[in-house]
Amino acid sequence: MSDLSPETVLRVDDLSIVYRTDRGDVRATNNVSFDLKRGEAMALIGESGSGKTTISLALIRKLPKNAVVTNGHILYQHKNKVQDVLGLSRRQLRGFRWNDCAMVFQGAQNAFNPVLKIRKQFEDTARAHGWTDKDAIRKRALSLLELVRLDPERVYESFPHELSGGMKQRTLLALGVLLNPQVVILDEPTTALDILTQRAIIDVLNDMQRQLLFSIIFISHDLSLAAEMADTVATVYAGEIVEIGGVDDIFYRSLHPYTYGLLTSVPTLDHAQDVLQSIPGSPPNLIAPPSGCKFHPRCSFASDQCQVEGPLLELGRETHLAACWHKDRLLASRKEVV
Amino acid sequence: MPEPIIELQGVYRDFKKGREVVPVLQDINFAINKLEFLCLVGESGCGKTTTGKIICGLLPPSSGTIHFEGQDIATLRGAEKRRHRRNVQIIHQDPYASLNPTQTVSEMLGYPLLAHRLVNGRRGTDSRVKELLDLVDLTPVEDFIDKYPHQLSGGQRQRVSIARALTTEPSVIVADESVSMVDVSIRIGLLQMMMDLRDRLNVTIVFITHDLALAKYFAWDGRIGVMYLGRLVEIGATQQIIAAPQHPYTKVLLSAIPEPDPQKTRSKQHIQLRSEDIPRLTELPPGCSFHPRCPWYVPGACDVAVPQLAQPAQSLVDTKVACVPLERGDKLVLHDS
Repeated sequence: MSDLSPETVLRVDDLSIVYRTDRGDVRATNNVSFDLKRGEAMALIGESGSGKTTISLALIRKLPKNAVVTNGHILYQHKNKVQDVLGLSRRQLRGFRWNDCAMVFQGAQNAFNPVLKIRKQFEDTARAHGWTDKDAIRKRALSLLELVRLDPERVYESFPHELSGGMKQRTLLALGVLLNPQVVILDEPTTALDILTQRAIIDVLNDMQRQLLFSIIFISHDLSLAAEMADTVATVYAGEIVEIGGVDDIFYRSLHPYTYGLLTSVPTLDHAQDVLQSIPGSPPNLIAPPSGCKFHPRCSFASDQCQVEGPLLELGRETHLAACWHKDRLLASRKEVV
Repeated sequence: MPEPIIELQGVYRDFKKGREVVPVLQDINFAINKLEFLCLVGESGCGKTTTGKIICGLLPPSSGTIHFEGQDIATLRGAEKRRHRRNVQIIHQDPYASLNPTQTVSEMLGYPLLAHRLVNGRRGTDSRVKELLDLVDLTPVEDFIDKYPHQLSGGQRQRVSIARALTTEPSVIVADESVSMVDVSIRIGLLQMMMDLRDRLNVTIVFITHDLALAKYFAWDGRIGVMYLGRLVEIGATQQIIAAPQHPYTKVLLSAIPEPDPQKTRSKQHIQLRSEDIPRLTELPPGCSFHPRCPWYVPGACDVAVPQLAQPAQSLVDTKVACVPLERGDKLVLHDS
């Protein structure tokens, strides 16, 4: 714990989570480790079922009842105090959630109580976390609503149904940061929104982060969103982080065949024709995952070693890491193409 | 000369919602040419799915006509109507909702074959079902033929949906957001397979999507039609639309979309809208529906006349646009806000 640099706000250390189901144990998160720095925006990218939502739910201890954390720690550092999130009591947890670490869930449409005014929902949240001064709450709420580029007075006195989907999403972002959390987790923040609404949300998020200086972890299957918003990108496959690095490292110098495969399967708006390729096969079943490297059945570089031994992501001094035995082969093949 | 296979003329479609009448489509005019790749793009509520259903004959228009191979589909009766139904098929968005969970793959594919009397007996059905599965790369077919939908992955289910659309040997398939629910890593493979079907089976595919990058990939040699609030606002060759969009709405859309390239997407210029509020279909503004948001809005023109889809005066490309200033041959001037 002592090696936590003051810059680090959140450390996930060797985290493993299993869902107990009738059909067997679903190994949704395996030995996941990463550090989140103050003010950093990290993207967890991966396909549905890759385990990225499980990781984020674990951070606020909101996992479903059948989930068991089998290994690891989640450390949160604020004002030189380090807490292990997994060891917090119920009371401490109530303080931690929203005050320190807030989560904005997917689907803003359903996040608000339809029979309460937005004002009431801001007030309830603040009061539940110990705020008593109604005027102070109002002041903070209005300034946040303004920050997300809404008409503050109007929205504050509205019912949720009076707001459009994009307005609700922005109101939800404002509510999420009401208590000034250090970490904000966003689950698919722009999915299911229209293009122009998505643009507005991205711009608003960038503004908010610049002003309020929180750290972001966002979960998305949209690589473009990661390219636009993230400082750091982690690729999640079959419950593991298979590659992590700076956004430029991931997009221009990816080392893991899965990340590279994702990048070559996404169309662009370039004025040239895209040459794209899908990754063969489909994501594995996490009840009976493949042996060795979980990506080997879909990987064109796979060798005998990959079938037996899973490569690990060794966190060290390097900032760009990939769990792959054959990084050199991917690099060599890319040089040939270029 | 491109030969139209389907033509929509002056198509309107209203839906009743309580006492209100919602104009979902207004004055849609375009043709789908034989074997072209045509993409309809637009945001939710623009009417692209309704257009797809009207093309398939699943919904009648409130007014206007749809011609299929030169025949007005509203006048078709009996055997001719059945032939049209066979000829135009649709693939829905959600492969989890559009397949019957109680039927096996062979039942799902066998039923339309028997209903349309396209095969003889059980043996004929079986061999045709196998052929279809082979066409959509669900091989070895023996592994899939007796599966229920819940035993298949999302991508495999969508392949079954495509195979089912192919049972009647259609000449047109409308694919409505057919890959948006499928994982990114396998999406392109599915799209490539659909693109191959055109050449292998002589089928024209109309692809409906909200994703312009996907539209660009699919219809690179074809055309894109952009819809906004129930109207077609721009239609033309894909490469033209991507490189030099003309309609203000298309320009704004293209500038707003993030790209999977950090440097490109962060240096992109975003055109600011005058307003972010999308008008309700029941309270559409007068004139051009986009004018309250349009950064190039010309007062006194855009809020008065409803623009018609036409090739702008002095335009060198055959893109058609519905925009009042462009119609008059004016240059667009960014509005000070």
